Amino acid sequence: MGTPSGPLDYLARWPLRLWLAGVGLFLYAPLLILIVFSFNDSRRTTAWRGFTTRWYASLFEDGELLAAFGNSLVIALVSTLIALAVGTATALLLWRFRFAGKAALEAVLGLPIVVPEIALGVAFLVFFTAVVPWPAELPWPLNLGAIILAHATFSFSFVALVVRARLASFDMALIEAARDLGAGEWLILRDIILPHLVPGLVAGALLAFTLSLDDFVITFFTSGPDTITFPVKVYAMVRFSVTPAVNAASTLLILLTALLTALALWLQGADLGKEAA
Amino acid sequence: MKEQPARSAPLLFTLLAVPPLAWLLLLFAAPLAVIWGYSFGENRTLIDIAITGSWANYARALKPLYLAILLKSLLFAGITTAICFIVGLPVALSIAFAGPRARLALLVAIMLPFWTNLLIRTYALMAILRTEGQINSLAGALWGTVAVPLGAGPFEPLPLINNNFAVLVGLVYVHLPFMVLPLYAALDRLDRSLIEASLDLGAGHLATLWRVVVPLALPGIVSGIIITFIPALGAYLAPDLLGGTNSQMIANIIERQFRSANDWPFGAALSFLLMYLTFIALAVQALAQRRSAAREAQG
Repeated sequence: MGTPSGPLDYLARWPLRLWLAGVGLFLYAPLLILIVFSFNDSRRTTAWRGFTTRWYASLFEDGELLAAFGNSLVIALVSTLIALAVGTATALLLWRFRFAGKAALEAVLGLPIVVPEIALGVAFLVFFTAVVPWPAELPWPLNLGAIILAHATFSFSFVALVVRARLASFDMALIEAARDLGAGEWLILRDIILPHLVPGLVAGALLAFTLSLDDFVITFFTSGPDTITFPVKVYAMVRFSVTPAVNAASTLLILLTALLTALALWLQGADLGKEAA
Repeated sequence: MKEQPARSAPLLFTLLAVPPLAWLLLLFAAPLAVIWGYSFGENRTLIDIAITGSWANYARALKPLYLAILLKSLLFAGITTAICFIVGLPVALSIAFAGPRARLALLVAIMLPFWTNLLIRTYALMAILRTEGQINSLAGALWGTVAVPLGAGPFEPLPLINNNFAVLVGLVYVHLPFMVLPLYAALDRLDRSLIEASLDLGAGHLATLWRVVVPLALPGIVSGIIITFIPALGAYLAPDLLGGTNSQMIANIIERQFRSANDWPFGAALSFLLMYLTFIALAVQALAQRRSAAREAQG
């Protein structure tokens, strides 16, 4: 692999290899240093003072952080279920029907993805305090409702995109056959279309879950003192100072996101493999 | 089966159409409409806002102080996009022309930081750039072993954080994948024989890149530029955590109006200015794509 085998084998040329190595260093060094120093036995995180897991232990004694993590999981779970239902309905609607205003709906559907997060964040802040105030004293987890609705709003568009892509590979002959054999709309939807959609639904759900778990800006504006999420709590810690405990919390979140992403990739990969075979 | 008219299965159509339409209307359009209304309003008391139809908030947003921040945000987003393009193009080229295994590995390597929480990536930069961070301690150690024996003074930590430089590093760090992925998608679709022909006919690699690859991949390049520019323009965390008092961007000013200054009408106007800039960028992209599609249809 040392010498280029063809004029376009850019990967074998040393200037490009050097470039790639530099970009790799830029992208990964900060994250690796963050992870390594979450195990550093020193409060000042600059120099290595030996291995410890005490920062992780301290996280599990931090009641506020654990509560924030619990909030994040509940919000991610519920908003994912909503996004899945609404997003799938959207995908099916656009795939199945022709109707007035369809092009407009398709255009508007892309907006929650491109509208600046800060603009959406402040819009939700105003909406849930001045227009439809979300009662603050509701019992947990109902007090998380405003954040859940906000998250479902930006993630259902993503789910609709993923599910629609999956629908594109659907074999229409199956519907014709089912109809010839006497199946009605509901039976076709339940027994033929939905089973075909399962990989798309899983991928969409994982995407929505990860987006919700990761969101900071929009949550920052919709959360109140009793509805802190994990990223909002980490932000408060970061503003205060750089500490190994923040490194440990970050490492755990990186690990969780990486696992979810790997799962999504693996499921989609398995799906693609099946299609190729 | 072709798409069917709605009346062929009215019940199913209604069941599928109501949730997304209601959701978009009540939880997307309505909150944004309220903000839009507020942008033409004024504070009567702390929480009572009257929508008076005045343009005062927009006029204030275009006064020199805020106009400077708006222009600075555009400049930062522009510089970020340019750096991402220069850094990302060779990466996208390498991925597009790599073997299938190396290609997958490189794509995952680019995407992995992308999936890591934005706040955590910004924090990771903060930790290494700060005065006591790893870069300064490394530079200090080098200075101590090389420069001090030669008679230089004690090490002065490099000013790597709380300034414009740190914000730009943060913006590039966060947005690089936004550029690489569309570039890769465009390069992957190129007709390789054209590149080989250019090389065979005596053009060098750089000349081929500039005169063959870039023009052919232009729609993808425009996409990459817009997709990088839009989120960079509205970035909140990088200027907030890495910038100093003089490197705030428009998102930070918006946040301040809503959370500490409590001037919602003014914040709403700024927020909509940001939205309009975003829409202009999207319109440019749509126009570029339509033009290139038309050119392809002619050719």
